[in-house]
Amino acid sequence: MTIDWVLILEKILLISGVLVISLVVAMYSTWGERKVAAIMQDRLGPNRAGWIGLLQPLADGGKLFFKEEIIPGTSNRFLFILGPSLAMMVACMTSAVIPWGDTLIIAGHTVSLQIADINIGMLYIFGVVSLGVYGIMLGGWASNNKYSLLASVRAASQIISYELAMGLSLIALVMLTGTLSVKEIVEQQRHGFWNVVYQPLGFILFLICSFAECNRSPFDLPEAENELNGGYHLEYSSMKLGFYLFAEYINMFISSAVMASLYFGGYSFPYMDSLGLDHNLLTILGTVVLFGKTICFIFFFMWVRWTIPRFRYDQLMRLGWNMMIPLALANMLLTGAAILWKQGH
Amino acid sequence: MQALTNRAKPVDRRPMTFVERMYLPAIAKGMAITFKHIFQKKEVVSYPEQKREFSPVFRGLHVLNRDEEGRENCTACGLCAVSCPAEAITMEGAERKPGEEHLYREEKYAARYEINMLRCIFCGFCEEACPKDAIYLTETFAPSNYKRESFIYGKEDLLIPMPGEKKKA
Repeated sequence: MTIDWVLILEKILLISGVLVISLVVAMYSTWGERKVAAIMQDRLGPNRAGWIGLLQPLADGGKLFFKEEIIPGTSNRFLFILGPSLAMMVACMTSAVIPWGDTLIIAGHTVSLQIADINIGMLYIFGVVSLGVYGIMLGGWASNNKYSLLASVRAASQIISYELAMGLSLIALVMLTGTLSVKEIVEQQRHGFWNVVYQPLGFILFLICSFAECNRSPFDLPEAENELNGGYHLEYSSMKLGFYLFAEYINMFISSAVMASLYFGGYSFPYMDSLGLDHNLLTILGTVVLFGKTICFIFFFMWVRWTIPRFRYDQLMRLGWNMMIPLALANMLLTGAAILWKQGH
Repeated sequence: MQALTNRAKPVDRRPMTFVERMYLPAIAKGMAITFKHIFQKKEVVSYPEQKREFSPVFRGLHVLNRDEEGRENCTACGLCAVSCPAEAITMEGAERKPGEEHLYREEKYAARYEINMLRCIFCGFCEEACPKDAIYLTETFAPSNYKRESFIYGKEDLLIPMPGEKKKA
């Protein structure tokens, strides 16, 4: 068996591209967050570093790199370093199964704009997302600080609770589409309606759960930067802290992309096949559309953050277990009944 | 208890209706409010480039005045220091020597005159107390600085420049 070098090169290029883009988007999400916060509070936001403050993320990153690195003497050194690394790695891994676009035809060679079109893409997303809690857990525990530990326990129980409802709301989607491959789900939406039309309740549940999964406001109480003393990354400084914060922004980007792909048609847009455009051009246009949808979702994440106050912990748990999970189950039941009814006719 | 004003509003303790318990309408309302603010006027004065306009009675940094011949008005009587509620003013008087008549208006002058701008509350009592029209509050305010010592303004900082002579920055 010969090794397909072209394929390997193509995948390496694609992986680097996706990685770079998700890092850049995460970087500019920090800028966007501050800008959105500012304009919603009738302020201007960062506008000194570069044109409309566009160099601000670079300045922030540089600052974090040059800050003093403190590892507490009583911490478990290995796990302490492993925590943020794991958080960052897991955040970057999910992007592998998201179809960033259709195929490009370059010199007779078909290049898929998806790193891995595995037939269990949704399961992969779930597996990787649930790994994310380990970074938080390890970081909080290895700090050897009771506040960090409490915060990480809070984060872990929150993430695990909301993962259930998230999974259940996606099961309804899988029942509807009959596939676990993200690419196929997008292709189905390309030829039919967007899934949000069939699954409005499922989408709202998934949206709320992804807020909780990303530790975003109104579910940001593992961190609660204006009330608690830092959360699970209390003992972290310099770029390790930066990694934790950065991982959250990457998570936000990825979950926005997942939502856009699963419920809002991914890289497809209405009437795209009746435009009569060149295949490659259409693919690039589709990728741009996907990024547009993703950015809309990122804006939505920020918009919610600067609107809704934080939940109390018992409210969070009650919402998760007493509201989200029953609703997700009901949604599943409804979807199943609808599918059966359709098959009967 | 009897209400003191008629503005008191009783707390609505009725149980929430189903729509209220869904929270989503209330969330949508809140989101609409924040979204509206995107298009509203920004209340920011970008400071070094733009400056806020002061009211005509604004009291800012002090200046020590000169008369029309460029002689210092201050006679180091110490009334400003006495009237100062923050005790921000320190001065030392000195006697005018023959030949210094073009520098100082009267026989006595302030050899040292210091105002601690961190202590000063800009009340303007010194201006009111001064019998010689020597001290005035202007419309500028103390620029930021790195050291506390730099906020103690001496005579060279306070004195208005001689007519026809530029003040050092």
